[in-house]
Amino acid sequence: MSTAVAIRSRAATWWIILRICVEERLVYRGDFALGTLMRFMPIVTQVFLWGAIFTGAGRSVVAGFTENEIVAYYLLTMISRAFSSMPGLASGIARQIRSGEIKKFMIQPIDMVGFLLLSRVAHKLVYYVVAIAPFALVFFVCRGYFSGWPDPATMAAFVASLVMAFLLGFFLEATIGMIGFWFLEVSSLLFVYMLFSFFLSGHMFPIGMLPDGWRQVVEAQPLQYLAYFPAVIFLGKVRGMDLVRGLVIEALWVVLLAAICKLSLHRGFRRYSGYGG
Amino acid sequence: MSQIPATSERPSYLRVFATFARNSLVRDMTFRSNFIIDAVTSLAWMLTQLGFYILIFQYTSRIGPPGPDGWEKYQFFVFIATTVMINSVVQAFFMPNADEFGELIRTGDLDFALLKPIDAQFLISLRKIEWSSLSNLVFGLGLLVFSLWRLEYRPHPVQCLLYPLYLLCGIAILYSLMIALASVSVWLGRNQSLYDFWFYITNFSRYPMEIYSGTVGTPLRRFFTYGIPILIVVNVPARLMAKPLSANQWPLAVFALAATVGSLWLSRRVFARALESYRSASS
Repeated sequence: MSTAVAIRSRAATWWIILRICVEERLVYRGDFALGTLMRFMPIVTQVFLWGAIFTGAGRSVVAGFTENEIVAYYLLTMISRAFSSMPGLASGIARQIRSGEIKKFMIQPIDMVGFLLLSRVAHKLVYYVVAIAPFALVFFVCRGYFSGWPDPATMAAFVASLVMAFLLGFFLEATIGMIGFWFLEVSSLLFVYMLFSFFLSGHMFPIGMLPDGWRQVVEAQPLQYLAYFPAVIFLGKVRGMDLVRGLVIEALWVVLLAAICKLSLHRGFRRYSGYGG
Repeated sequence: MSQIPATSERPSYLRVFATFARNSLVRDMTFRSNFIIDAVTSLAWMLTQLGFYILIFQYTSRIGPPGPDGWEKYQFFVFIATTVMINSVVQAFFMPNADEFGELIRTGDLDFALLKPIDAQFLISLRKIEWSSLSNLVFGLGLLVFSLWRLEYRPHPVQCLLYPLYLLCGIAILYSLMIALASVSVWLGRNQSLYDFWFYITNFSRYPMEIYSGTVGTPLRRFFTYGIPILIVVNVPARLMAKPLSANQWPLAVFALAATVGSLWLSRRVFARALESYRSASS
């Protein structure tokens, strides 16, 4: 009986947090929609660049991709990034540590990682509600680059990989933010992370293109799940056992990073001294 | 009657600029490790771009069709070197200032700039210099020399003379666009989305103009050549240096000069109009 009440009150708390965060995000919806549409603009130049690359190569398949597949790939990485990118998360945590605002999580009965995760879920939900229109528009205009919908099993794997991409991105960035407990200023570290992430997540090019040796190294690191992996699932480039293995490894990364994140918070709080008022 | 001696003589712009440059350098050297980190990160960012193209050329020997419209590997690297050099100069000299212009308007601090007995556009455009961005200029120069050395043909002295001129034209066009965009913040109050706009627009200039072809590409190329001439910025100097001189380059090269003058003139007009609409914000 009492546990049921406890769970219900906990759920009510989470629900209120989620609702507040949703309201907060909806204030800037116009800016959101326009910004989302603008973000597709670099793809326009990518389409032309790859067109010229295929013309130059004189082949219809480059690095295992046809010209249409490459464009589809870049469009799909936009979806992956819509799940995995966490703008302002790490810098926000570091700022709270620096300013002393983080103290509130030490005295309030709220788990900080849980709170941040929920507010990020709210942020993303609002983002999808608003961004679905520009996304749908772009994908409708570009439907010619796709060879149709994948089968339901692939689709399910795609969705699962996206949800895990969100979690992976969240725990990665939150952990980087918590390095602020030790260094206070993480902006240059964050830049290095962004740089690596841009290159190694597959946002810049399909990492399967890398020459042997490099490819194996890059495919062993977790950043590839942030953009590359979901996109190649949708395109049907990973199937069968490879697909299952990929999803399992992704899930393991999520668990590992969640644990590291929790541990960093715990250790960080222990060495934290509250500056600022 | 004693009068205050008239100080109507022109200020020495060169000396003022030298002072700005020195001040910025002193400031940069005060935070030396920050300076080094900035220089290294902008280099690293550029290296990832270069890495991408090195990878691309593992799969193809050229970008675009064979013949004068295509770009062989080292020709394309001349193109990248040109992009890097132009962007590093723009980033070092103009970016921090255009960035601050919006802030000056918003806070009303622009008053102090307007009161000084010197051209307001000069003062606002060149006050701060980000020396660390020039690390890319050095790298770009190195890449240019290396790529030219790997190319089979040797550029004619005329090309070597015209190349820096067209680099300056490119820089001037980008500067014009930037100061015009920053001026718009007088009317808008804020300019964050303008910077996104700047990023997405200049993104088009980073590629050879030949890649924009077809039913969508050709109008796009025309617009960004003759409408907002950002395709001129890198394409004209890069093509001049990377490929043998040929008669069909001249129309665009002459147009580039006209576009530079036109952009500078137009941006000056926009800037002046913006200042007319400026009403001091603070008390």
